[in-house]
Amino acid sequence: MNQKFQKKRTSGEDKGIPVASMPDIIFMLLIFFMVTTVLRETEVQVRTQLPQAEALTKIEQRRFVSNVWIGPLRLPGNQLGETRVQIDDALMEEEEFPTIRNIMYRKLQEEPRLIVSLRVDVTAEMGILVDVQEELREANTLRINYSSRQQQ
Amino acid sequence: MAGLLDKKRDREEIQVPLAGMADIAFLLLIFFLVVTTIDMDTGIGMTLPPKLDEDQEPPPVRERNVLNLLLNAQGQLLMNDELANVNQVREQVVRHVTNFGEDPNLSERPGVAVISIKTERNTRYERYIDVLDEVWMAYFAIWDDAARSGEYTGGRTFRDYDHYRNQLGEDEDNEIREAFPAQISVAEPDRG
Repeated sequence: MNQKFQKKRTSGEDKGIPVASMPDIIFMLLIFFMVTTVLRETEVQVRTQLPQAEALTKIEQRRFVSNVWIGPLRLPGNQLGETRVQIDDALMEEEEFPTIRNIMYRKLQEEPRLIVSLRVDVTAEMGILVDVQEELREANTLRINYSSRQQQ
Repeated sequence: MAGLLDKKRDREEIQVPLAGMADIAFLLLIFFLVVTTIDMDTGIGMTLPPKLDEDQEPPPVRERNVLNLLLNAQGQLLMNDELANVNQVREQVVRHVTNFGEDPNLSERPGVAVISIKTERNTRYERYIDVLDEVWMAYFAIWDDAARSGEYTGGRTFRDYDHYRNQLGEDEDNEIREAFPAQISVAEPDRG
């Protein structure tokens, strides 16, 4: 056995596992992850504990999705504040709701297949949601999604 | 200096060191692995009704075709003016939609059946989703039955509705959904 190994070595044919293609494999994986990565662009400032549901559908085209967060404000020290609406980076109070239609209208111009994903906290009240939906109707962004988790 | 280089060349060939490349690639790979979020957004899809013009009246709907679900702020549910539990909703929706005119209090035919959900302004969102989920599950059950019976799919039967939908072509009509359109109306809560 030992002799055989030595013989091979001296002949210079087989020098163990070929590592030359390893960078290629790694690069392939790297490119896959680079392509699939969507960098988190916004920091969510409200708590959105999503409800659980059974009748779920998946949204595969994430590029069409625009998120609207509704939930209690996260305050320092693990405290929760009043319920607010967040779109992109902007937090909105009730008086500012009419600006939602402009934001959504602009987004719809850019992407006609827009789906608005409403990420609403379980404790939120229907009034605020209905107000937001009214604004979405004004902007004619009619495809919505009540984001929910799979029921355990 | 020249002598030194010569000496090296004697021993081995000069080449770009490739051993470190794998490390660099690994480092980048790990970075992208960490920042990648592949979690798909799941949820209950809905289409809002388009905004009506000022002078436009909402289309008339006969009372028997509407199943009224009323949710109050305490989370209590009224189903056609009777106090009900959330887990009764599914059965009632199935009965209402697939009535085909039998019971005079339920819908005339599936195409005109409407499920109306009305809440108060301070109803909790969680309760609303619970009820909406049950309504959708009822429709999924109806569609599954329709796919299995083959009555609306030209005699072909399927294991469930998903199988039927997945084999549909891009511009083929979804016969089952046309026969049983999910007409869920979310009524505006009263102000104040």
